[in-house]
Amino acid sequence: MAIIVTEKGLPVIVQGITGHQGSFHASQMKAFGTNIVGGVTPGKGGTNINGIPVFDSVKDAVKETGAKASVVFVPAPYAPDAVIEAIDSGIKIIVIITEHIPFHDMTKLKLYAKLMGAKLVGPNGPGITSVGIAKLGIMPNSIFKPGPIGVVSRSGTLTYEIVNTISEAGLGETTVIGIGGDQVVGTTMQEAVRMFQQDESTKAIVVVGEIGGTAEEETAEIIRKEVSKPVIAFIAGRYAPPGKRMGHAGAIITGNKGTAQSKINAFQEAGVKVASRPSEIPVLIRQKLQSL
Amino acid sequence: MVDLLEYEGKSIFKEYGIPVPEFAVVSDEKDIPDFNEKMVIKAQVPTGGRGKRGGVRIVNNREEAIKAMKEIKNIDFDGYRAEKFILEKAYNIRKELYISVTLDRSAEMPVVLASAEGGVDINSVPQEKIYKKPINPFVGVTEYSKRELSKFLNLTAEQAQEMGKILSGLYNIYDRLDASLAEINPLGLTDNGLIALDSKITVEDDALFRHKDIPIRYFGLDEIELEAKKKGLSFVKLEGDIGIIANGAGLNMATIDLIAQAGGKPANFFDLGGTDDPEKVIQAIELASKVTNKVLFINIFGGVTRCDTVARGVVQAINELKPKFKLVVRIRGANEEEGRKILLENKIESMLNLDEAVERVVKLAGE
Repeated sequence: MAIIVTEKGLPVIVQGITGHQGSFHASQMKAFGTNIVGGVTPGKGGTNINGIPVFDSVKDAVKETGAKASVVFVPAPYAPDAVIEAIDSGIKIIVIITEHIPFHDMTKLKLYAKLMGAKLVGPNGPGITSVGIAKLGIMPNSIFKPGPIGVVSRSGTLTYEIVNTISEAGLGETTVIGIGGDQVVGTTMQEAVRMFQQDESTKAIVVVGEIGGTAEEETAEIIRKEVSKPVIAFIAGRYAPPGKRMGHAGAIITGNKGTAQSKINAFQEAGVKVASRPSEIPVLIRQKLQSL
Repeated sequence: MVDLLEYEGKSIFKEYGIPVPEFAVVSDEKDIPDFNEKMVIKAQVPTGGRGKRGGVRIVNNREEAIKAMKEIKNIDFDGYRAEKFILEKAYNIRKELYISVTLDRSAEMPVVLASAEGGVDINSVPQEKIYKKPINPFVGVTEYSKRELSKFLNLTAEQAQEMGKILSGLYNIYDRLDASLAEINPLGLTDNGLIALDSKITVEDDALFRHKDIPIRYFGLDEIELEAKKKGLSFVKLEGDIGIIANGAGLNMATIDLIAQAGGKPANFFDLGGTDDPEKVIQAIELASKVTNKVLFINIFGGVTRCDTVARGVVQAINELKPKFKLVVRIRGANEEEGRKILLENKIESMLNLDEAVERVVKLAGE
């Protein structure tokens, strides 16, 4: 099993498939083994991209293919509308890769998705990969290895670095979820950790956090109260200056809030080992798993 | 983030039904009219604490206003000079309140914050003295929460009426302008009722495409940061001497941390982002050469950005720029073999292991 993406053969569409990123990653996802059944670009219906049929609307795509999930590459000004279209067409898992969606739109999209029973992952993240099941997003195909570790991260490339390290150490992953670097994200770190706790195949959890917000502190509280599985954390931004946005919209220390130290302390108080560098993560996982 | 100046914010307040003092915006002494009452002249600068530095003065007539303006023009506000001034009636203030609408990241909703202890930094006010209430964007400001707020602030029935309008106005500004902060501090309780004595409106970068009328300008950035921003690159200047280019915000921060933990001093944060254009790599190295002449560390985990693209950019940049710094390249991920080959053919060594690369970078910086 895995989290969120749990069904092998899950029919997936790509919104914005005719764009540069959309077409490239549709092929990459297919190569990973994801069942990409179609794409959507308004006005381009009836064409195809590398053999993948393109539809004018999500409704058409769902009718023709039975799609249940979507990966959104639509540019930020149009992405919120694309997500609503997917929700209204009955899509239940929507992975948003797009960067720079205003957080005002995200607060509303999140509430709407919840109302309609849809699950959002992202935006501004690499998506979600359940090893051996499907990849919905842009993570490199080569870094994964089947195994017992669930990974949740606010980052993209740092996730690849860490997953690669875990795989090379001979461990491996159940699901890797990049929740996105924005202030408001569809699936939170807290929710992902809860799901990993529930997932039988996941034996240990790796949480990759960074400066800004209080998601890590709130996650630590959940770990303390509800999580029995070993958890290892890594926090980026220990040397980030306050008041500066470090690339991600959400990665900013405001006043004395959102510092790496506050997050490290919260995790340590919850009994979570915090790695000081990515290569230390598999070592700490092994120690924790052996002591069980 | 775009911070509006006080006079711009107050014009918006007026439009949204929030009472503000009648004010004039002046930039030259010839703009100052004759008057004979207590007025206040305020420097329009994007920095906090301008009052403490003499940027806000009480004046009683035109001569005093001209003198104050001249003096304020000579004050340095964190590198800014006042070019515009607000001239407005000085009210008899009985009490200073605080109110703002901002994003509560934890609740993932807008939140109203208010306090009877205004006129100071809200972060210095104890939690129990702050009214805090999330606003569901599908519902908006409710009548009951207006009553709750007025009760918390101990307002009279008449003041509560005004406060209700102010809260609605402030929320509408937050919502329609895609603001990350709409703040009145202080909100003056005067003999003439509640009145916004200052304004702070911050508009989120990501939403600027919807607000063509909002002037795009950035305060508090240094020259290189500004240049990067204009090129759409994410760059933050730090104090050290080791230049860093990495792809992705998280990997960048982690790279900075590793260098610092190993005893090195990072000179910058620089996210190359996802690119398959060697030109962008060259541009990045050019910019990085402005913050270091010692060591540049390029740390790439290829995905969207492929290692061979980076390698081509690196080779071209080194040949064209002939930089003074020593270079350490560490590439992993998509097309890593090809990237390594391209670098090797041009006598540029690349590394695979992150810890070893960091060690090497710090060692080179120490030489």
